[in-house]
Amino acid sequence: MGSIKDKVAIIGMGCVKFGELWNKSVDDLIVEAAYEAYEDAGVEPKDIQAAWVGSMGSGWRGCMLSIPLKLEYIPISRNENACATASDAFRNACYAVAAGVYDLALVMGVEKLKDTGFAGLDVSKVEPTGTNVAPPCPPPVQFALAATRYFHHYGLSFQQGKETLAKIAVKNHYNGARSPKAHFQREITLEQALKAPMVAWPLGLFDCCGVSDGAAAAIITRTELARKYRQDYVTVKGLGLTCGAKQGVLQDDYDFVHFEENVTASKRAYAEAGITDPRNEVDLASVHDCFTITELLIYEDLGFSPRGKAKEDVDSGFFSLQGGLPVNTDGGLKCFGHPVGASGLRMIYEVYKQLQGKAGERQLKDPKVGLTHNLGGLPGEFACAVIVLGKGG
Amino acid sequence: MVGIASFGAYIPWWRLGPETKEWGSRAERAAASYDEDSVTMAVAATVNCLSGLERQSVDALYFASTTSPYREKQAAATVAAAADLRPSVFTADFSNTTRAGTIALKAALDAVKSGSMKKVLVVAADTRPAMARSDFEAAFGDSAAALLIADSGAVVTVEDSLFLSDEMLDVWRADKEAYARSWEDRFVADEGYTRVLLEAVSGLAKRAKLDPKELSKAVLYAPDARRHAEMVRRLGLETKQVADPLFSAMGNSGAAYALTVLVSTLEEAREGDRILLADYGNGADVFLLRVGPGVEKARRERTVKALLGSKKGLDSYEIYARWRGLIDPAPPVRRPPLQGPSVTAFWRERDQNIRLYGARCQNCGYEQYPPQRVCTRCHTKDRFQPVRFADKKGHIFTYSMDYLGATVQPPLVIAVVNFEGGGRILTQMTDRDPSQLRVGLPVEMTFRKLFSADGVHNYYWKSMPVRV
Repeated sequence: MGSIKDKVAIIGMGCVKFGELWNKSVDDLIVEAAYEAYEDAGVEPKDIQAAWVGSMGSGWRGCMLSIPLKLEYIPISRNENACATASDAFRNACYAVAAGVYDLALVMGVEKLKDTGFAGLDVSKVEPTGTNVAPPCPPPVQFALAATRYFHHYGLSFQQGKETLAKIAVKNHYNGARSPKAHFQREITLEQALKAPMVAWPLGLFDCCGVSDGAAAAIITRTELARKYRQDYVTVKGLGLTCGAKQGVLQDDYDFVHFEENVTASKRAYAEAGITDPRNEVDLASVHDCFTITELLIYEDLGFSPRGKAKEDVDSGFFSLQGGLPVNTDGGLKCFGHPVGASGLRMIYEVYKQLQGKAGERQLKDPKVGLTHNLGGLPGEFACAVIVLGKGG
Repeated sequence: MVGIASFGAYIPWWRLGPETKEWGSRAERAAASYDEDSVTMAVAATVNCLSGLERQSVDALYFASTTSPYREKQAAATVAAAADLRPSVFTADFSNTTRAGTIALKAALDAVKSGSMKKVLVVAADTRPAMARSDFEAAFGDSAAALLIADSGAVVTVEDSLFLSDEMLDVWRADKEAYARSWEDRFVADEGYTRVLLEAVSGLAKRAKLDPKELSKAVLYAPDARRHAEMVRRLGLETKQVADPLFSAMGNSGAAYALTVLVSTLEEAREGDRILLADYGNGADVFLLRVGPGVEKARRERTVKALLGSKKGLDSYEIYARWRGLIDPAPPVRRPPLQGPSVTAFWRERDQNIRLYGARCQNCGYEQYPPQRVCTRCHTKDRFQPVRFADKKGHIFTYSMDYLGATVQPPLVIAVVNFEGGGRILTQMTDRDPSQLRVGLPVEMTFRKLFSADGVHNYYWKSMPVRV
């Protein structure tokens, strides 16, 4: 397999404040994220030669991007890969730029979830091909199945399991409280997390991420051109993407204590980036904490913690802002919010800002390598994207 | 000799009973769950009746009920498919009277006697809707019963039978009306039930030269416990001669009632017993049955007694009222409105959804559900044999309880079930006590209604803890 390591650079990014943005349309979100990215990169809209837009269900065609931005007669693709939508749009754009076809491309991720009238996710938008014949299985349940099994597999009592997950929520709320664009910016206590109402047993309210509106954008170019725009650009070191084939329900030995898509996507990204010891070589990670149990599994699947030992790292604070490998420094999906098709680029936005030293109160000390991880779908049928980014220049 | 070769019943798990708040009666009433109806209960009784028997040789399935889920759309076809009878089976629905069960029984006996069929499965099921707080509600219960009528291997034969038709409005439910009505109760009892059933029973006794004292058991339809006791007195029967009418444990289950009590009686019967079966509804059907050798072998493991003992009292009448639609559910403000299933997909996937067929790979042998075109294990294309998962036992691999998911009965329990012999299904669970759930819990599959929307009942299989 080939490699595009260090061939593509991010030279500008934008991200709106996530939340229940009742008075903002999809077009508003796109315009705000794009113009922040233009300004950050120092480019004009007319400089954009091609674009990719990621969205689960907030629009259709590339025209959902060209119309609000008035990008006239350039190639634009709309990309969908569940919660990994924006990461995959970014990946496709990177390959096109690395191939030398375009010098400057725009990648947008956007989702407007709060026009439905429902508190949760409208599943009909998540599974547009559904015939409504088979029994529905709500997203929190899909991940709760992993929590039940993880507790059982590693012999954790309900209380031990809940506390481990609650610590992840408390950490992400701590980080979210230092993240001005996050949907939820309040710290919580361990007790609050433990006593919260049950959503999908054993997952409670604080084990579940927010349902939010939002958009984020990136402008990329070939690395050799990046210095023309800025000195502190960020380079793409590795891209991994894998899809499951429904093994979760088809295969009776699928274990529900790890997600193989995480393992295979990260291996591919690590190989391309030349990372052999992620626990020590990755300085920060923005991972897909749709539910706290997902983040716990990711620690092990991505090689941050040995199998079955993530609890020890959670207990020691290894993944906190002050720890050895800070994870979800901006609050993660839990607090920053999860507008499905925008989340991948929001994660890249945080790593980009951290690598540039512009992350404000939550700034880490001189990080050089950051990782984003995005997981969309259900156990055994995920689309999973892992992206390794490095400090340029 | 033509007769009953096998028998089996189904009683729902739930009860209205002493522990049910606001119910106000010590008698227990078997209550179909929110996801059950006469079709799903008929499937359970059919599967019970045919357990351990070869199903492909069943020539016909007769379904009897006053509560068929569709006014136009045969219920027997659904029951036959879900019970995995052969596609060429003859199916018929019998309806419109509480006597429908024994009418179907007579039709089955006649069909087999005529030689046109060798094995006919008769299944009666009812879950009669009653107005809240009415006398009907107090008397009604839900059940299903199945009898296999065959030209050989009969363990119960018919000595004689007599049939009466009687034109009368005593209990009726008009087209488009939700609940049954009746005329003044003394008129209904005296000129309807009591007069007609007495006439039929005495007519048969006279013709068969039967002294009621010779009867081992009498299975008597009755609208309620009081009328049953009165009928016993009028017939001059001794207590030990009377089959338990199940009015303290089950209630009147309409078209399925007499046959359910009959199954329960046959489960205790001995060779040589003579049993009177008397059913009522716009006339009467009366049979004099003789129990032959081998009746013990025709008894299924899941007896009426066992099913009545396997029960869970509803916490409150309000839950029951919600299940029966007596209380309008709140509109789903937090969830998208329910849409009916795609009927083309429902039809296309009928074997996997109604028969619960998975696929066994002919290359590697792995059994998978739902069926795939390319094997999940060895990637061989299009070399599969159908394999029915519905009759397999399994255990919970992992599970969750959703307190926000759309369900009539929170929490929505989802379980990943691993089957004995391999294979896995992601299932909704039903008839479960959340406090009893655990990884490893033995479960079985049960045919239920996922939901009804846009005039379509979406039947599917769920898992439940092994019942008996």
